[in-house]
Amino acid sequence: MTTLRTIGALTAREMLKFVRDRSRVLGALAQPLALWLLLGLGFQNTFQPPQGGVGESYVAFLFPGILALVLLFTAIFSTISIVEERDSGFLQAVLVAPTPRTALVFGTTLGGTLLATVQALLFLGALPLVDLAPGWLGVGMVTAVCLLMGLAFTALGFAIAWRMDTTRGFHAIMNLFLLPLWFLSGAMFPVEGAAPVLQVFVWANPVSYAVSGLRHGLHGFAETPAALAGPGVCLAVTGGFALLMMGVAVWQVRRPFFQA
Amino acid sequence: MTTPAVDIQGVTHRYGTHLALQDVTLQVAPGALYGLLGPNGSGKTTLFRILSTLMPPSEGRAQVFGLDTAQKPDAVRQRIGAVFQDEALDDALTVRENLRFQAALYGLRGTGRRERIDALLQRLDVADRADDAAGDLSGGLRRRVDLARGLLHRPDLLLLDEPTSGLDPAARRTFWTAVQRLREAEGTTLLLATHLMDEADRCDRVGILSDGALVADGAPDTLKDALGDETIWVETDAPARLCNRIEAQFGVSTRVVGSTVQVAPPDPPAFLSSLYEALGDRIRSATVRTPTLEDVFMVHAEVSPEDRRERVLAQTEETEG
Repeated sequence: MTTLRTIGALTAREMLKFVRDRSRVLGALAQPLALWLLLGLGFQNTFQPPQGGVGESYVAFLFPGILALVLLFTAIFSTISIVEERDSGFLQAVLVAPTPRTALVFGTTLGGTLLATVQALLFLGALPLVDLAPGWLGVGMVTAVCLLMGLAFTALGFAIAWRMDTTRGFHAIMNLFLLPLWFLSGAMFPVEGAAPVLQVFVWANPVSYAVSGLRHGLHGFAETPAALAGPGVCLAVTGGFALLMMGVAVWQVRRPFFQA
Repeated sequence: MTTPAVDIQGVTHRYGTHLALQDVTLQVAPGALYGLLGPNGSGKTTLFRILSTLMPPSEGRAQVFGLDTAQKPDAVRQRIGAVFQDEALDDALTVRENLRFQAALYGLRGTGRRERIDALLQRLDVADRADDAAGDLSGGLRRRVDLARGLLHRPDLLLLDEPTSGLDPAARRTFWTAVQRLREAEGTTLLLATHLMDEADRCDRVGILSDGALVADGAPDTLKDALGDETIWVETDAPARLCNRIEAQFGVSTRVVGSTVQVAPPDPPAFLSSLYEALGDRIRSATVRTPTLEDVFMVHAEVSPEDRRERVLAQTEETEG
């Protein structure tokens, strides 16, 4: 019971912190929005839509990837607190309490995941601009993918943050890990048009399936351009990735907090 | 015999090759206020990390109420509370939200939780700020809220790691008044790490740490009395040479303590003037006083004057933040 209460308290704290920090709310939404409009409008006339997506604009093509980027940024920002609070007593106070460390993993990642998902869903407000009609079932699919991918990213962020002493190092490693995962997810360019080497990376990248899952959802399961696999496979791979990352985070947190 | 609140036996700890604690053995009786006195880097925080189950010792064992911190960390965590050098408060949350968060970690809820929070806030004089964000409070108030956080679950042992660092003298006095009141009300055993002598003087018992070794352990007065009563303390550039001179010339016993020389004649005030007459040019300053914990530290740490000219313990907090 204490474990559940701890998870609940940690989740609630993540949300409260986020809502009270206006710059964070703004940053997590403004950055992907800016990237979306700059890239989307910049490549407007040079972009060749993939087969099946006749007439799809680059702005629309990029949209699912931008949702993934919102998830990614929120995950980074919500786990950086682990590094910041390492030296402040806050994290130590949680660790000296008689509550299992896995509760810390679940509470932190759940909070970050819910935040990321709410933000991504807010982004759906831009749907009319890109002429996509997911329908309720499609929104359900988008929500499911967001939850699973959010969990995967926050768990990965948590595992990295646990090893980091400085926020600078954390940012460096996160950029090294997360941005390539995003670039190679088929979010920016259709996989068929890419060089064969890149195609291999895209196929091997679990994030590609999350982005494809978002494409399925956003197109309302209708004929979906540039999807790597069917919706079921996309959900399964994303779910598996989330499980794996949670496993890594739980395994990491068992390491002593201070190096002996 | 009752189980000691803290029982540390032969604890040695290494960070890589750096030896942070060397064969430390000490006990704290239940209900006592025990002070660990030592300069920064002497091993106080390492000992706290071991006691608070954040880190197992490299060698030896540490027990809290008979429970081994490395083998039964969960049982130990039920019994202890900790106030760290930095407040464990989330600045974005209000005081009450912070305390509720802490309550969740210990499974406290309902009216019991509300009454406990209200009672602590009242006792620590922060009730009127309960709904302000923790980040908006002054340093002294934050410390008191953090103390309330550490005490929320009624721990039997509270670890205080330099809880007044960075506070001005008034805030430190208020903090100590609060601690005193809580001791009377709850009977909590307190283990305090500090580098401030006046705080160590408040303790029932003091352990002095120097470079990871426990060099003295006893009641503050006992430790000071062991160095003798009123003596003359002479500041000089060459302590060892002055010692020899005084002993040769007057046949009075002397001792080098850091960069000072302790001279123990039968009548210190009278001796002071003859000392000045004979050796005035070698004396920077000389005072007649009873020993302080700093002197105890200097004597037991066997600090040679070349190693440490500076006094390492502070009478009061000055520059450190």
